[in-house]
Amino acid sequence: MKREILLPFDAETISSLKAFDRVLLSGTVLVGRDQVHQRLSLLLQNGEDLPVPLQGETMYYMGPSATPDSMVIGSCGPTTSARMDPFVPALMEAGLVATIGKGPRSPQVTEAIKRHGGLYLIAFGGCGALYATKVVSQQILAFGELGPEALVRLEIREFPAIVGIDSRGNSVFS
Amino acid sequence: MMNHQQKDELTGAVRDALLHAVTHLEPSLMTRLDWMHRETMSATKVLGADDAKKARYEASLEVLEMIQENLAIADATGLPMCQDTGMVVAFVEMGSDVHFSMQEVGEALDNGIALAVRDGFFRNSVVSDPVFDRENTRTNLPAVVHWFPKESGGLTIRMMLKGFGSENCSALAMLNPTAGVETVLSTILDMVRKAGGKPCPPIVLGVGLGGTAERALLLSKKALLREVGSTNPDPRYARLEQQLFDSIQDLHIGPGGFGGPLTALAVAVEHEPTHIAGLPVGVSISCWADRKAVVQWGGAQ
Repeated sequence: MKREILLPFDAETISSLKAFDRVLLSGTVLVGRDQVHQRLSLLLQNGEDLPVPLQGETMYYMGPSATPDSMVIGSCGPTTSARMDPFVPALMEAGLVATIGKGPRSPQVTEAIKRHGGLYLIAFGGCGALYATKVVSQQILAFGELGPEALVRLEIREFPAIVGIDSRGNSVFS
Repeated sequence: MMNHQQKDELTGAVRDALLHAVTHLEPSLMTRLDWMHRETMSATKVLGADDAKKARYEASLEVLEMIQENLAIADATGLPMCQDTGMVVAFVEMGSDVHFSMQEVGEALDNGIALAVRDGFFRNSVVSDPVFDRENTRTNLPAVVHWFPKESGGLTIRMMLKGFGSENCSALAMLNPTAGVETVLSTILDMVRKAGGKPCPPIVLGVGLGGTAERALLLSKKALLREVGSTNPDPRYARLEQQLFDSIQDLHIGPGGFGGPLTALAVAVEHEPTHIAGLPVGVSISCWADRKAVVQWGGAQ
């Protein structure tokens, strides 16, 4: 049984989701990985404006392969979330509510999720071709010089995922 | 000397092999994925509705189903099965029957990779400098190439598209010479446990035993390059492969790290002589998207 979720998340939806729940996400997400996280964190540290406000946003950890002419995006599955762990508390403090990636997270991330009433969703690792069929549009927002590591806005439709850590801090990995 | 036609042919063969590898898994690995799906489904069915394992098994089963669906889409669309199209690792065996220079083979290999990256919509995943610049080379070159001379036979290029979610879980241990097989086993299991859900399980495990530190890790890659399901010709090491295979399942990491009943698709161990004072243990993990290609030129394989 998969629950259909419209993004952006509202507080009620988030609090109703539990670890292991299966979801299909439709709406918009931000896309960023290692370099984007480092740059956003630096901007926050220096008190500078972000290229996009993080309030209420969901961040998908992903760097796509090249886009064929006939498609919206190339292969686009999740990357390992753990590498982004050190940056998560500051980004959630700045308004980010949910993250999507693959694999386990640090205790600090679970704490931040509990503190802010957030969510961690697990996408299916290695399933990049499948996820390419769930993307409706993509738009580069910033750091285009990073190529596949740029900050991107994606519109997704019926994007499958599993709740990895819910807003009470219950985790599929514990 | 390699003439122009030979160079084009070798370049094309490398390109074609990589284009196939980025969208298709080897048949023996597909068989293992089917086996794991079947077993996980049976194990899930017998669980009661209130069994604590149920959610874990169901999530693991869903991972295996998504993998099958993903492979079907990759086959139908030609899109890479995974966006991390990896760094190309190549083992090149130069047999004496083929009179090409390393430079000639290296150029054909690089050109073939560049063509595959362009034509297969690979991701540009290689940076020029590891610490300071980290500038994307936009070609996926250079590849990591290991050269091996061979007394006879032709040219064999074995390649893998090594994703870094799993590569980041590589590990090395320098054990005491008296460690024995039980310590070797527990050391490797600790490495796999530590990797947990990070390397995109289900996994294929490559283990290198002996040599020196760097040689043990190289052997672990050589092990990954073997056909999935093949066994070490030495029965003691074949038994070690089986013991590792069974013990990894008992870690209950599961597909996606969700804690399902099965985690390992295959285990391969390679071994070589080592020093009286040590027992190097190198481990390389491949995600389920264990993408490999072989190009054979002249001679028997």
